Amino acid sequence: MPIPSPFHPRTQQHCTSLLWKDWAGYYAVRSFDTYMEREYFAFRQASGMIDVTPLFKYEVYGPDAAAFLSRVMVKDIAKLKTGQVTYCCWCDDDGKVVDDGTVSRLEDDYFRVTAAEPARAWLERYTRGYAVTVEDSTARLAALSIQGPTSRDVLRALAGSSVDALKFFRLTRATVDGLDVIVSRTGYTGDLGYEIWVDSRDAVVLWDAALSAGKPYGLLPAGLDALDVTRVEAGFLMNGVDYYSAHHCLIESRKSTPYELALGWTVNLDRETFNGQAALRREHAVGRRRAFVGLVVDWDEFEAHFARRGLPPEVPPGAWRTPVPVYDRDGKQIGQATSGAWSPILKQNLALATVRGGYGKPGTELRIEVTVEYERKRVRATVVKKPFFDPDRKRA
Amino acid sequence: MATTYDAVIVGGGHNGLVSAAYLAKAGRKVLVLEQRHVLGGAATSEELHPGFTFSVFSYVVSLFRPHIIRELELARHGLEIIPLEASFLPLPDGDSLCRWADPHLTRQEIARFNPRDAEVYPEFGLAMRKMAHFVKSIIDQPAPDIGSLKPRDLAQLLRLGKHFQSLDPELMHIHLKMLTMSAVDFLDQWFESGVLKAPMSVSGIIGTFLGVRSPGTAYVLLHHYMGEIDGAFRAWGFSKGGTGGLSFAIADAARALGAEIRTEARVERIRVKNGKTTGVVLAGGEEIAARAVLSSVDPRLTFLGMVGEEHLDPEFTTAIRRYKLRGSSGKVNLALDAFPEFTCRPGNGPHMRGDIAIAPGIDYLERAYDQAKYGAFSERPYLNIVIPSLVDPTVAPPGKHVLSAFVQYAPYNLATGPESWPEHREAFGEAVIDTIQEYCPRIRDLILYKQVLTPWDIEQQVGLSEGNIFQGELSLEQLLFLRPAPGWGRYRTPVDGLWMCGSGAHPGGGIMGAPGELAAKALLRSRSI
Repeated sequence: MPIPSPFHPRTQQHCTSLLWKDWAGYYAVRSFDTYMEREYFAFRQASGMIDVTPLFKYEVYGPDAAAFLSRVMVKDIAKLKTGQVTYCCWCDDDGKVVDDGTVSRLEDDYFRVTAAEPARAWLERYTRGYAVTVEDSTARLAALSIQGPTSRDVLRALAGSSVDALKFFRLTRATVDGLDVIVSRTGYTGDLGYEIWVDSRDAVVLWDAALSAGKPYGLLPAGLDALDVTRVEAGFLMNGVDYYSAHHCLIESRKSTPYELALGWTVNLDRETFNGQAALRREHAVGRRRAFVGLVVDWDEFEAHFARRGLPPEVPPGAWRTPVPVYDRDGKQIGQATSGAWSPILKQNLALATVRGGYGKPGTELRIEVTVEYERKRVRATVVKKPFFDPDRKRA
Repeated sequence: MATTYDAVIVGGGHNGLVSAAYLAKAGRKVLVLEQRHVLGGAATSEELHPGFTFSVFSYVVSLFRPHIIRELELARHGLEIIPLEASFLPLPDGDSLCRWADPHLTRQEIARFNPRDAEVYPEFGLAMRKMAHFVKSIIDQPAPDIGSLKPRDLAQLLRLGKHFQSLDPELMHIHLKMLTMSAVDFLDQWFESGVLKAPMSVSGIIGTFLGVRSPGTAYVLLHHYMGEIDGAFRAWGFSKGGTGGLSFAIADAARALGAEIRTEARVERIRVKNGKTTGVVLAGGEEIAARAVLSSVDPRLTFLGMVGEEHLDPEFTTAIRRYKLRGSSGKVNLALDAFPEFTCRPGNGPHMRGDIAIAPGIDYLERAYDQAKYGAFSERPYLNIVIPSLVDPTVAPPGKHVLSAFVQYAPYNLATGPESWPEHREAFGEAVIDTIQEYCPRIRDLILYKQVLTPWDIEQQVGLSEGNIFQGELSLEQLLFLRPAPGWGRYRTPVDGLWMCGSGAHPGGGIMGAPGELAAKALLRSRSI
C-alpha cells in the first residue's frame, strides 16, 4: 500500500475522481476531475499546481561536494554556480544511464539532487575519499510544482517580488506565510514554472497559501495525467517508460547511453574522471547505435485510415505509454515509440521514440503502427526537433 | 500368469508419480507402489485432527516445473497454487521487517533498518533473477556427462559451456562466488544490516547440516531464488488443500493416463538377477515382475536397503555410503483454536499470509547450529512458519487455523544416537513452542492438537533416510553428475533396468518434479521398455 504524501490532507479533499496511482511508493493523484482536460489547460493557459514530493531528493554537502558530484554525474557540476540548477544524468561504469534528474547548488558546498529512483545507496558507493555527506531528504522535504503562463504572477502573490527576477533554472530562498522555502524555476511541463521546496511539516500551509494566492490567476490543482501530456509536448523522456535504468535491465540491449537518449548535451567529456567516462569516450568516437527522437504522426493519413472504416479519427484522451513499433519507409522495424499524446495545444499527434542510429535526423520520414478498428496500420510519422512545444515564456 | 509391468515405481511421492504419469502418457504399463495409506511421500496432506488438514512435511511449492503442470494438465486434475504474499520477520525487541511483492513498500520497510540496504535489495534481486535464468537451463535437462564422448552428450556440454560463456562476466563471477562462498559472506558483499541478512541467509541452510557461515551455502540461496510460478521467478505458493493437493493432482493425472497406483504396498526388495532387475518383492512376499524399476526413494534406501550390497560393486557401495544425508530439520504442526496474534505486528493482515521467519540475527542462527554440531537440537531454532488457513479455507474450520513450523536444527544424529529421538521429542516440541511464544504469547492457550516430527520420525514415517528432506544434501559435491554418485548422475544405476527418479537424482530436492520427469524421459529414450 502506498503512503500518503505531506499534501495528502489537501489532495484527498480535492480528488473527487478518486483516481490515484502509486508514484514511488506514495499516493499520487492521476487527475482531480474524472477527465483531466481542465487540469491540462490550467498548465497551458493559466497555472496548474502539482504535488511532486515523491521525487527522490538527496542533500549532498561538505567541502568536496562539488568534486564528488562531478565524479558521479556526466556533467561537470563544479562549474555550476551557487543558485543555479542543472539537468543531467548519471551512468554506470559502462556509460549506461542509471537515472536522470536535476542538481541544484544551494550553497558553495551544498547541493540537492532529484532522481526518479532511489539513489542514496548508489551515491554513497562513491563517497569514499571525499569529504561529503549524502542525506536522503525525500520524506523530510515536500515539493509543490506550479506551472503555466500565470505561474510568475502566482509566485509573486505568494512569495513577493523577489521571485520575479528569478531566471530559468535558477533558485532562490523565499518566505511564504512565514515559512522558509526554496523556489526553483524548474519543472516537467516545458513551460514557465516553479517548484517550491518546503519542510514536510509545513506542506499543508504552503498548499493553502498557494491555492489562495493563485485563485485570481486561474491556478488549479492538477494530477499526473495532465502532467504526462505536457511532458510529452516538452519532449522530456521518462525513466522506466522511454528508457530503463541500467540497474533494472535483465539484458544488455535494454540499457542506454546518454547519447542514445539525446542527452549527449549533458555530458562534459573532457575533464577529470567521471563514472562511465571511458565508455562514453568510445561511444562518442564511433557514434551512437540509437537515437531518441520526437515524431509527429501525419494527421491526414491517420484520418484517412479511420475514414475508410467510416469512423472519425480517434485519439486517446491522455498520454499513452504502451510501446508500438516504428518502421522505416520500406517496412523494416527500426525502433519503437515508447510514449506519446495528442497535443491539444499543438493539434498534433506526438510520439517519443527510440530508433536506430541513422534514422534520428529531423525530417526523416518513418512509419508508426496505429490500430484502427482492431487492425494494425502504418502511418507516416516525421522526425522533428524536440521540444514539440517550446513557448518563449519558458525562458523569458 | 502374473502381469509383467513395463515399469514399477518404488514410492508414491510427487517425483514417483510424475515419472508414472510420463511413462503412462507414453503408453507404458506402469505401477506405483506406496508403503503408506496416503500418496505424496513427503509432499502430502493429512487430516490429523478433525477438520484440520496439515501439509505434514513439505509445506510450500515453488520449484515445481511449470511445463510439468502444462504437460500433465495438472490444473484440470485439481492443482491450485495460491501465492505467498510476503516474508515476515518478527524481532524479539518488538520491531519487525516484512518484505513484500510491492518494491516500494519493501524499500520503506528495509530503510527503517538500513536505507542503503533498502536500495541495494532490488539490485540483488535482479542479479539473482539473472542467475536463476541461467540455472534454469541446468535444472530442466539431465546433468551433463563430463566423461562421455557421445556426440549427444558433447553437444550438451558445449551448449552449457556456451551458455556459461554468454553470461555477463560480472554474473559469471557471481556464479563462481555462489558455488564457493557461505551465505553470510555472499550477502555481506551486498548488505550491511543483520536484520535483513539473517532471514535471507537461511535460504542457504534449509535442509542442510551446515550453518549460515559454512562455505557452499551461498549456492543453496540461489536454489531458493529459482522458484517460478507463472513465469515469475522467486515466487512461492501454497498448494490448495495442503501440499498433498499437488501430489494428488499428479496421481489423478497419472491414473487418467492409465497408470496403476497401489497404497499400503511396501517394497521390501528390488529383485536383481545377473546384474539386472526383474521386479520387486513386497512386504508379505508378493512378487511383481517388471522390465524396469524406478526408485523414487533415496539412494541409501534404494541400494543398501532394497538392492543389497551383494549385487553392487564395492566402490559404488562406498560412494553411496558416503553420500551425505544428515537430516537437520524437524517439523511442528499445530491445530489452533483461533488466530495466533504476534505482538510486534498484531492482526491477521497480509504480513501473516506469507512465510514467517524466526531468524533474529546471524549470531542467533549460528548459535542454533553450534548446538547441532555437537549432537543436540537447537534450544532456540530457526523457524519457518506458515499459516495456510489464512488463505486456504479448506484446511481448517472457520476461525480456526493450522500452523506449520519448519524447524532447524534438529540433527538426526543426536549425541545419544538417532534412536534416542523419541525420548527427546517432547522437549524438542516444547523448545519450538517456547520459541514461538516469545513472539506470540498466547500460542499455548490456542493449541488444540500438536504434532512434533523429529528427523527420526520423518525417516520412520516416510522412509527418508536420516530424515533428510532433500534425499541428500544440496551441496556442490552432491549435485549434477555427482548426484547420487560420481558417474551416475543420469538416472541409470549400476543395476541394469533400475533407474533413480527421486530427489536423490539430478537436479535434487524440493517439490520440483524434475527428477521424476527427466528420469522417465531418459528411460523412454533408452528404448529398454
